[in-house]
Order: sequence, then structure tokens, then C-alpha cells
Amino acid sequence: MSAVEVETPPVAKARVQREEPIGVREGGWFVRITILAVVAIWLVPTVGVLISSFRHADAVNSTGWWTVLANPFRTAEWTLDNYRSVLDAGGFGNAFLNSLAVTLPATVIPIAIAAFAAYAFSWMDFPGRHVMFVVVVGLLVVPLQMTLIPILRLYVSGASIGEFQLFPDPDLAGTYLGVWLAHTGFGLPLATYLLRNYIGSLPSSIIESAKIDGADHFTIFWRLIVPLSVPALAAFAIFQFLWVWNDLLVALIFLGGGRDVRVLTVALRELSGARGEDWHLLTAAAFVSMALPLVVFFSLQRFFVRGLTAGGVKG
Amino acid sequence: MVPIVAFLLLRLTFDFLRDSDANLILVVGVAIVVGVGGVFFLFWAMNRLVDLFPERYAERVRPYVFVGPALVILSVFLIYPVINTIIISFKDANSDSFVGLENFTFVFTDDAMLRSLRNTVGWIVVVPLFAVGIGLAFATLADRLRRGEAAAKSMIFLPMAISFVGAAVVWEFIYSFRPQGFGTNIGLLNAVMIGLGQEPTPWLTSEPWNNGFLMVTMVWLQTGFAMVILSAAIKSIPDEIIEAARIDGASELQVFRRIIIPTILPTIVVVATTMVINVLKVFDIVFVMTGGLNGTEVVAERMVREFFIQGNFGRGAAIAVVLFVAIVPVMIWNVRRFREQEAAR
Repeated sequence: MSAVEVETPPVAKARVQREEPIGVREGGWFVRITILAVVAIWLVPTVGVLISSFRHADAVNSTGWWTVLANPFRTAEWTLDNYRSVLDAGGFGNAFLNSLAVTLPATVIPIAIAAFAAYAFSWMDFPGRHVMFVVVVGLLVVPLQMTLIPILRLYVSGASIGEFQLFPDPDLAGTYLGVWLAHTGFGLPLATYLLRNYIGSLPSSIIESAKIDGADHFTIFWRLIVPLSVPALAAFAIFQFLWVWNDLLVALIFLGGGRDVRVLTVALRELSGARGEDWHLLTAAAFVSMALPLVVFFSLQRFFVRGLTAGGVKG
Repeated sequence: MVPIVAFLLLRLTFDFLRDSDANLILVVGVAIVVGVGGVFFLFWAMNRLVDLFPERYAERVRPYVFVGPALVILSVFLIYPVINTIIISFKDANSDSFVGLENFTFVFTDDAMLRSLRNTVGWIVVVPLFAVGIGLAFATLADRLRRGEAAAKSMIFLPMAISFVGAAVVWEFIYSFRPQGFGTNIGLLNAVMIGLGQEPTPWLTSEPWNNGFLMVTMVWLQTGFAMVILSAAIKSIPDEIIEAARIDGASELQVFRRIIIPTILPTIVVVATTMVINVLKVFDIVFVMTGGLNGTEVVAERMVREFFIQGNFGRGAAIAVVLFVAIVPVMIWNVRRFREQEAAR
């Protein structure tokens, strides 16, 4: 029994329905062929990139990738050189590490902060609680573009009111910490909203009985709420992970294109701009940037879909 | 107090990391541990601190230990910037002095800006239309598969894991064009054209259709999202209703038009709205694939260009404000819907 399912009755009901497929009218050839055709169209672009990334530079640049389908076992055409040069000389190995260093904390920090806040919004009493949460809901759709300039200026020159320097230049531009905080800010409204819906719908009896047993809020949160909320935490974690890993804008502006700090998306964009016709390198680089999210996506798809249904339908 | 101490500690670690020419793997490892551990330590330390208070005050202060960091971050990284951006949009390029509506005049008179506004309207109409249309059709048809529904759906869904930059490279490869004498055309689309006996086309530089080819990339990315949510909605329609209609002699098409569509209409509206917001913010696809050249500008891409590349804060902020104003109705709608839900709770 999980509250995300409570939040999304469609999914829960669907599962029951699946077990007794009485009402489902089965499609004929038309349905099957249409589905196959659409799936093929959707897959072809990615497959083309994958195949090209393993072909020799000369082969990639002289013949279309689909020609290998005629004789896929002509081993002379296959190579790992593209990956070698992209990861090493191309700097994508470093970029991969930078992406990790940006993404993991930028995923965990907003979840932690949002989970504490969601607990307070659901189970603690304090003045202004309702108004604050309405503000969170309002902030859900604020476009990123609306925040970039002030945050960058805050990072570069600190904050001041008139002549009075509120706090000095924190020197956060180009640091991991600066990017983490920016991503935390952008991810926090959705995280707080989703987790509050979940944590708020946990039965109050378990929290009351824990209180009677003498547990304080911190213990209840840590020992009871967090373990019970794993599905919701996981769903948001996947969201935020994919969002941060795939983000170009925030990384470009707050971390920049320096070789020692740039993340995969920034590196890929630079390669595409500088060597737009070297498709053997571009395809390999593109695949390096996709590899981890694809693994995460396929292994945790169930959580992701559940989270998406909750988040999407809710707004 | 504690947050400031924690922040300073973090900063010290970072300065150390930056100054030492440490191995990148080590730096990254330490960064991850500090970042992840730091936030948990922050909450733990603040809670311990409150424990030291007299009990009467402790319980009154404790909620703010839990909710405080979120409020601080939301204020500094969302609320303050929104207000500040609005102010900056009325100032000059360096925010030195107020210039009235000059930046907004620029937004609504400059040629490139006007093109970007027109293109963005096109994106808002075309992308949700196709993504929702294809997603709905696919969800309805896949619902009738006996086997392989989940597999088929995850293939459509797969691009959701791919970045906009990655997708841009993937589709640039499809659209790749080489003029006569510059080698074989290795782009799939031009190979198809040649196969059909046509001339290869420079897809991404031929106005105005290049806008459509950029939108295809977005449709490819977003259809999975629409499909998954609509599929869940379709499956939540009780079987009895559909069965009853069939017994009454309704054709499959009639069932679709008269029962499925009206029932899931609210979900379609939500999905389309979400998608409009995503499309309004789209920047990476245009930035990477065409750089906004050949009449492919969009509003979000202009914003980054004016602010980050041209360094004109006033204009960048004004463009952002225009985007924001377009989204405000959704914001109000969200809050209103939330209030209704809370009232119903």
C-alpha cells in the first residue's frame, strides 16, 4: 500500500483490471502493424547513433550507418576507437565525472530538504503553514529563465541593498556548490509538493502511536516516515536525477565550459559546435552522455512511471 | 547560526579542493560525500541545537528546523530572483539606471524577437498537438495488444531519458546534409530523398520548414510523457461502461470518440498544459541544432542569447518576464485547483 498509488487511482485500478482482461478487445493486424511501425520510427534515430558510434571514422563518413545492416559481421568496420578518443582526448571522461559530481548531490540535497519540509507541512503545527504551502504550489511552474540573472549576480557579486553590502561575493560561480544550490532551488517546489502529498496521506495513527511511545519529531521522521516513503522518494529521485544529468542551461551558466568543470551536456554541445561534421566522434560522445540515464531509466522505470503519473496529472 | 557555520565549512572544503591539484576522481568523490553528507549533518545539528532550548521554546522553534532550509532556498533561489528579474527588466544592459519600457519595446519590435515570438507560438501549437495526438493514438492501440504492451510503450518512452542536447545531436545526424561534391549524404532523411529520386535538401537551413524539423525533435522527446499519462487514464475507465456501449452496438471508433475521449478530457488538458510550459522553456534544441539562425529563433533561446552571450541583462530579463507572464495563468490555475482539492480533503 503506497500513497503514490493513493494519489493516482488510475494506476492502481489499471493493475486490477489487467488481471482479468474480460473487457479488453484485442486488436488485429492493423493494430499490431501500426504499433510496430511507430516503435520502429521512434527507435531508428537512437539505433543509428549507436551503430555509427562503433564504426570506423572513414566508414561513418563515407557510407550511411544503415549499410552495415546488410552484412553486420564484417568486423573490419567495427571499432572502439571513437569512444577511446572521445573519453580521453575529447575530455568526455572528465565530463562524465563532473556530471556525477553535479548530479548526485543535486539529487539528494533537494530530496532531503523537501522531505523534512513535507513532514513539517503535514504533521507539525506552526503559524503560516497553509500560506507557505500555497506559495510552494504557485512556484511549481516558474520558468528557469526568470531566475538565472539574479542568481548569477548573487554568485558573482553578493547581495546589497543600495550601498549596504548584505553579504559579500560568495564566489560560487563555477563551483559545484553553486550548481547544487541552483538545482536544489529549481527542484524544491515539485519535490516538496509531491512528498507532502505522499507523507500527508500516511495514516495519522502510526504517527500518534509513535508519539505516545515517546518518539520526538526527528526520530519519527527518520525511523518511520523515511522508510515508509521510499517509493515517493525514489520516484522523485529518478526525476531529479534525469533532469539534472540532462540539463544544459544551469550547467552552462553556473559552471561554464572550462575543461576541468564542464559536464557532459556542455561538452557535447561544444563538440557539436566545433566539430559538427565528425559524426564518428559526435555519435560516440552522444552515447556517453546517454548511457547512465538510459540504465537508470530502464532499471527503475516502474518508479519513474508512477512518479510521472502523480506529478504529471497533478501539474 | 548553524547553516552559516555549515556553509562556511563547505566553502573551506571547496577552497581546499580547488587549490590542491588533486586527482579529479578524488575531488569528485569528496564533493559527492560533502554534498550529500552535508545536508543531513545540517538537519541533525540544527535539531540538536534546538534540543538545548528550554522545552517551551524548543517545540515552537522545531517546525522551523524542518521547514526552514526549504523556505530559505525557495526565497533565495526562486522568490527573490523573480522579483529581481522584474526590476532588472526595467533597467539598462548593466542595470545601472532605469530605462522605462525600452527593453519591452525591444522585445516587441526587434526583427529577431518578433520572429522568435511567432515561432514560439508555432511551437506551442504544433508540439502539444502532435505529441498528445500520437501519444493518445498509441496508448489506445497498445491497450489492445495481448502481449508486448509494456515493451512497446517503453520504446516510445525511451527518449524521455535522453537530454535535449543528446536528442539534438541524434536528429542533426538524421538531417545531415552535404552539398554536391562534399561526399556522400550520410543523413537518413537525405538518403531516403535520394532513394526516391529527389535532390538532397539542407533541412535545417530551409526556411520556414526548418522550424518544423526542430519541432520533430521535441515531439520525439515528449510523446512518451503524454502516452504514459493518457494510457493510465484510459485504463482507469471502468470496463463495464465500455462493454455496455459495445453490447449496445457501438463501433470501436464510436467507443473512442463518445466514451474514451470525453472521460479522459481533463487529463488531456493537464498533459497539454504541462507540455505548453515545457515548450515555452525550450532552449537547448534550437541552441544546439541551428543556434537560432535561418529564422529558427524561439523566445527562451533569445533570452539566453541576450543575457548570457550579449551580456544585456535588461533585455534578457524583459524576455524572461514575457515568458513568465505567459505562464502566470497556469500558476493561478494550479493554486486554485490545489485549494479546491484541499477543501475537498
